[in-house]
Amino acid sequence: MKKLAHAPHTIALRLNGVERSGECEPRTLLSDFLRYRLGATGVHVGCEHGVCGACTVTIDGAAQRSCLTLAVAAEGRDVTTAEGLAPVGEQLSVLQAAFRRHHALQCGYCTPGILMSCTDFLKREANPSESQVREMLSGHLCRCTGYTNIVNAILEAAATINAATAGKDPAGPEVDSQRSDAGSDV
Amino acid sequence: MKPAAFDYIRADSSEEVVQFLDQYGDDARILAGGQSLMAALNMRLTQPRVLIDISRAKDLSKMRVSGGVLTVGAAVTQAAVAMIVKNQSDIPMLSQALPHLGHFQTRNRGTVCGSIAHADPSAELPLCLATLGGSVNLRSKRRRRSLPAKDFFQGVLTTARAADEFIESVQFPLAKKQTRYGFWEVSMRHGDFAMAALAAAVSPEGVRLGVGGVADRPWVEEFSGEVRNDLDGALEDLVWKLGARDDQHASARYRRHLVRNLGRKLVAGLNN
Repeated sequence: MKKLAHAPHTIALRLNGVERSGECEPRTLLSDFLRYRLGATGVHVGCEHGVCGACTVTIDGAAQRSCLTLAVAAEGRDVTTAEGLAPVGEQLSVLQAAFRRHHALQCGYCTPGILMSCTDFLKREANPSESQVREMLSGHLCRCTGYTNIVNAILEAAATINAATAGKDPAGPEVDSQRSDAGSDV
Repeated sequence: MKPAAFDYIRADSSEEVVQFLDQYGDDARILAGGQSLMAALNMRLTQPRVLIDISRAKDLSKMRVSGGVLTVGAAVTQAAVAMIVKNQSDIPMLSQALPHLGHFQTRNRGTVCGSIAHADPSAELPLCLATLGGSVNLRSKRRRRSLPAKDFFQGVLTTARAADEFIESVQFPLAKKQTRYGFWEVSMRHGDFAMAALAAAVSPEGVRLGVGGVADRPWVEEFSGEVRNDLDGALEDLVWKLGARDDQHASARYRRHLVRNLGRKLVAGLNN
């Protein structure tokens, strides 16, 4: 049991792989905590009642609305935001690169939330159909693109990730033997 | 769009939950997934003094299939139940209804019992629970009791739950032999609130037809097997009983139209 009275408390969680902490009241939304205390401004706040999807983050790997989650309820959890997607420095993730290539964003307000939903979704559905992608996207509002480019980007990202996974499969002899010949450690 | 002030309690067990409910009663609200409650808090439609977070209570995070029913604990998410019914398909009505329930992102956090407790008349889970003849297990410090869904839902966001009680679990009956199950709804956007939702269980003995989003609670109508002879007439009688009303989402007339047409399609499809 943990009891927190209406007053500032220090809450710790893991944000994009780094242990972070900050002060918040019990009523503070996770979206506001991430933005204003921890500086993760990739968390966009749209409707604040769970409809628009802009604030979507992953908590322990599952895509969720940070505006419908209390910061205190995410204590000790593993939270990922759009800031945590790029593998190193300026390099984009496969998903981000596909969004860029397909012009899947204009104003970009809805984009971080969609990217976080896709991160969870593509882990569960490695080979999604277009209708599955559209159903997943029904939880996000984008007013610029008309969704077609977003759908195309997600389908291409899924194909790219699948091709890369197939390449890393030990059953794929070419890549495997090259790796062991070179003795490189990836 | 920010919640008013409250004290936060994270309960680790159902025993703690009933202790705090006994202490705070009406001043407290239960927070499970929060996919309805957080929105209401943000809009200050509700301003409880105390929030009791049950999402980490281990004894409430369990699901069990036994005795012909699926029992779902108060902290079990809709996504977890979707996985169970997808893989085992013991409750075909639920596997058809769950994709309509909010969005992938809200099902990841929202709980089954939370949706039942919220009792929105257009919500899918109360409709399925009522149509299947499921039950709600309530617990307080004083007692435990089980109510059939039809007695639990009492109106718009209104249930038979007492101030010191919470829903410990709900029970969905598993599929019965020779019974076919169907679900369909119409909404503005996939996952939005249903303007009308229909759930049906069709067996040789008769038809149980549930209607959501039209009356002030999930409405279940039972028909004998002879309804097949005059389905349109039976549906016509039904739509005028529902007390449909105009709102910003749809007119009463359109809702009656949906019930007639979806009802006919759903029941006729299951009869064949």
